[in-house]
Amino acid sequence: MNTIKKYLGIVWFLLGPAVIYLLVNGAITHIDPAGKKDINNPVIWIIIITIFTPIAIGLMIFGWYAFKNEYDHLPESSNEA
Amino acid sequence: MSNPNANSIWKVITASSVGTLIEWYDFYIFGMLAKTISTQFFPEGNATAALLSTLAIFAAGFIVRPFGALVFGRLGDLIGRKYTFLLTLVLMGGSTFLIGCVPGYKSIGMAAPLLVLLLRLLQGLALGGEYGGAATYVAEHAPPHKRGYFTSWIQTTATLGLFVALGIILLVKRNMDDSAFNAEWGGWRYPFWISILLVGVSIYIRLKMKESPLFSKLKSEGKTSTNPLKESFSHRGNFKMVLLALFGAVMGQGVIWYTGQFYAQSFLETRCKIDFEQSRIIMLWAIAFATPFFLVFGWLSDKIGRKWIMLIGMLLGVLFYRPIFSTFLADTEIGAGTGYTAYPPLSDLGQSVQPGDDITIRSDNTILLSTALQWKFTALVWAMIVFVTMVYGPIAAFLVELFPTKIRYTSMSLPYHIGNGVFGGLVPFIGLLITTSFPSDPLAGLWYPIAIAALCFIIGAIYLNNKIDRNVMD
Repeated sequence: MNTIKKYLGIVWFLLGPAVIYLLVNGAITHIDPAGKKDINNPVIWIIIITIFTPIAIGLMIFGWYAFKNEYDHLPESSNEA
Repeated sequence: MSNPNANSIWKVITASSVGTLIEWYDFYIFGMLAKTISTQFFPEGNATAALLSTLAIFAAGFIVRPFGALVFGRLGDLIGRKYTFLLTLVLMGGSTFLIGCVPGYKSIGMAAPLLVLLLRLLQGLALGGEYGGAATYVAEHAPPHKRGYFTSWIQTTATLGLFVALGIILLVKRNMDDSAFNAEWGGWRYPFWISILLVGVSIYIRLKMKESPLFSKLKSEGKTSTNPLKESFSHRGNFKMVLLALFGAVMGQGVIWYTGQFYAQSFLETRCKIDFEQSRIIMLWAIAFATPFFLVFGWLSDKIGRKWIMLIGMLLGVLFYRPIFSTFLADTEIGAGTGYTAYPPLSDLGQSVQPGDDITIRSDNTILLSTALQWKFTALVWAMIVFVTMVYGPIAAFLVELFPTKIRYTSMSLPYHIGNGVFGGLVPFIGLLITTSFPSDPLAGLWYPIAIAALCFIIGAIYLNNKIDRNVMD
């Protein structure tokens, strides 16, 4: 199980930038000042990218910790943490 | 830890739960009245823009929740749980009451939406500080073998807050016609004004409570944290648990909560065009029947552990959301075997009612379901809320057990409010965006909660353990 945890860490690490790429790409594709649809509105995209970027970075850090075997054993008391 | 008798633990639960319930009520009436508020506070002309503006404010309320978790979590770990969640209660009640007092756009122009935005942000901050305090306060009073059960009472408050919000709005609306309800100083403001009374009662109850025994003990020994934020997030050992809590439990819980309740109600009303009152009655019954399951799953988590109950709730959402929402669509689609008959023409009668019909189209183009179909819809919403009770019932105990006492308020509040506020709170907003991007699939908006819940299920299944930490005194 610890091997699975470790190598899935790479997946979580790569998922972070993938999410950011998808969001930025979606924004570039859909933002259109002349457009009248909601997805053409740059404000909405800015809000979403601003919110999810730090979370995506958090997912990368989570993946990195997993890859470094930080989650092989979860602490059972504060002294262990 | 103190060993409180049964009477005192119930006082603790009551004082905490009533205040938290009122905070949720305050927070939700804004979302419940989004359509009316959009016409009052935003320029007329483009209904979608107005609705989105309101949703953006709604989202803003959720986005600031993590900041509230940091601000008040820090205070709670420094000065204590009791006074911090008293402060959040006052802030929430005051903001809610004042939203009900802001004149409309027609009267004061752009000042109206700006004031509403500011007050909404304050609401979000307050809520960010409330939940962690209440859950911690109850957990630190509860005996180890009943921590899941006792904290599950706090977990009922979010759904009951929604229930009370729906009930009061419905009650007000039933006693006046639409024009009186939607007028600038109309009935839609009453639920906001009522809040000040509810908050007053709750403050009175909470003032009588004592500080958490675990926090008092730490304080008397001089062991409280001097910098909870630094200890929570710059200490690797604790930060990795914050990340695990977020990605392995709370983000999935957040999307399941909002899909089963808010998205469902919005879908029934906006997409299926079900009558305002009937869609709320469906929600009310479903919530009433499902709420006891918070306690059932909280109790069960004390026996078999928290992890798998929460994860199975997520998995059920992943598997059943599309079939359930497909059924809503199919049963309300005109001419798709619903029993609706298009003759005589609507324009002649204003409505069409045929014996045996499952739906009736009213003159305002909303749909009224037959009694049988209403109960079918209620059962489906009930099932989704049971999924909510599975993921949400045990989660307070789970989070409390994950972090040490001296930084517990801060550490558990942040992932909780990112998971619920950002991932969960944005379900309607992102759902609307995805549906707009893929107009051929009316259920496209569900892919967001399904994907997040599936990801969280995988992470939780692999990385969380099912062990109950009996000792939360550390």
